[in-house]
Amino acid sequence: MTNMKSPRIAYGEALVELGEKNELVVALDADLAHATQTALFGERFKDRFFNLGIAEQNMMGVAAGLSLCGFIPFASTFAIFGAGRAFEQIRNSICYPKLNVKIAVTHGGVTVGEDGASHQAIEDISLMRSLPNMTVIVPCDAIETKKAVFAAADIEGPVYIRIARPVAPIITKEEDNFEIGKAKVLKEGKDVSIFATGLMVAKALEAAVTLGDRGIDATVINIHTIKPLDEDLILKEVAKTSKVITVEEHTILGGLGSAVAEVLVEKGMKAQMKRIGINDTFGQSGDPEQLLEHYGLSAQNIVKVAEEMVENLK
Amino acid sequence: MMQVNELQKISAEVRSDVIKMIGKAGSGHPGGSLSIVDILVTLYNKVMKVDPKNPNWEDRDRLVLSKGHGCPALYSILARKGFFDVEQLWSLRKLGSMLQGHPDMRKTPGIDVSVGSLGQGLSVAVGLALGAKLKNKKYRVFAIIGDGEMQEGQIWEALMSSIHYKLDNLTIILDYNKLQIDGPNEEVMSLGNIRERMQAFGFDVHEIDGHNHEEIYNALSAPVIAQKPRFIIAHTVKGKGVSFMENQVGWHGKAPNAQEIEKALADIGGTTI
Repeated sequence: MTNMKSPRIAYGEALVELGEKNELVVALDADLAHATQTALFGERFKDRFFNLGIAEQNMMGVAAGLSLCGFIPFASTFAIFGAGRAFEQIRNSICYPKLNVKIAVTHGGVTVGEDGASHQAIEDISLMRSLPNMTVIVPCDAIETKKAVFAAADIEGPVYIRIARPVAPIITKEEDNFEIGKAKVLKEGKDVSIFATGLMVAKALEAAVTLGDRGIDATVINIHTIKPLDEDLILKEVAKTSKVITVEEHTILGGLGSAVAEVLVEKGMKAQMKRIGINDTFGQSGDPEQLLEHYGLSAQNIVKVAEEMVENLK
Repeated sequence: MMQVNELQKISAEVRSDVIKMIGKAGSGHPGGSLSIVDILVTLYNKVMKVDPKNPNWEDRDRLVLSKGHGCPALYSILARKGFFDVEQLWSLRKLGSMLQGHPDMRKTPGIDVSVGSLGQGLSVAVGLALGAKLKNKKYRVFAIIGDGEMQEGQIWEALMSSIHYKLDNLTIILDYNKLQIDGPNEEVMSLGNIRERMQAFGFDVHEIDGHNHEEIYNALSAPVIAQKPRFIIAHTVKGKGVSFMENQVGWHGKAPNAQEIEKALADIGGTTI
């Protein structure tokens, strides 16, 4: 039985632990502290927690100001209100002057679920990776979320961490090494390379098992850092299979799939490629798992796409 | 303490720099640069604790020019205070210059915060004031905002938070010249009774002539009212000091030509306030 835990719960706990170790860590939220779990930090470190109310643009600026005083601010809200609503504040007040602000947002992707399309950020990775000086991390499970929080605090400069809302399988181990910008091969294979990020890594692993049963040997790679992208590893893996599938809980425009395609095309790598993601449409209300299935973000669909790809080449 | 006539002399010098800088650059914002000269000159020469030899001194007072397009005035003052070589002023807006069209803290010594996109600077100022409280630092934070800038929603978010967190180490100065790019504030989007609005928010409100150095000084250095941020409404004249620019919307974002530069410098030379 796989252990399950919500990455956002792991975020709240990690932030408290980080706060114990480093008194320069401060947290900000915009009236979603109980959803993003920064409330845990607020209870533990009352003086170092700032609720800015429902005002994300101001929150980003205040975080910028606090970083200029030497603090390491973690600003949290939902992905849609951080990367979306406060995009230009992140661009001009944080990234342009390369300030040491960590934007740790929860509720990324369609697994927000029942709240529907208005609250489901499916373009945030694209927006954030287009910003100079920005590092973009999408942890795949609760354990990796904690590591991402600590790693983000260790580097100087803006970091965007996109954290998922639902309870999700734990697929990495405490002892696994986590390094920003270094992708991880979770399963070796020779027929097709599946690059996944966030919650889709677990789906890719699940798909690889089914594919194995059907005689297709898939490599599964966890791209936890979208920027800087681990180009060397991508090129190395694709050289082995010449077949690429990217899977992301995000629009296929500008996210992981686009980033991988950019590398492959520019390096002249000949490969067949399919991007699995949200196909230029908005989300909707529903149960998170049902939504993932609806939009093709399921192990079953990854299997289907991989089989078609291999069949075509036979 | 510096005398008022001394501040007038410096202000005239800064105004001349502003005209020459924007003239040489061929673009820029003379109107809103000239309207904040006296405020900035008073801040940097009589109020703020700064060290040009150590621009990142941890205990320095901070200035956030939220209306970043007025930066030629600030650049001139920083250069004349010794933060960088005066010769740099003539490179304003040129490729590779340390003096960008809007302030860049990573390029220009003495610039505390990168600003320019209206509405954003005040939030950073709130963060700086909050950080000072958290670190038990005694420095003050000054933010200059424009009147048109007050139409940005983020300004009101920042105002609310400065009151909520009782930031009495923060002083907000409104450069109230009543004009913005498309016309008078009242025609574009009226600001209502700012004094009443700010009083209702809970600010320590002061209303002054933004070109009278003594009034500016008194408002900036009045005793702090505990737990109350200060809001100074500085009535100013857009294009102040240059007869043909004063109160002219057209001079918001236009560079003077050679003839106009000459006339402007003659005006400034004869300025008596």
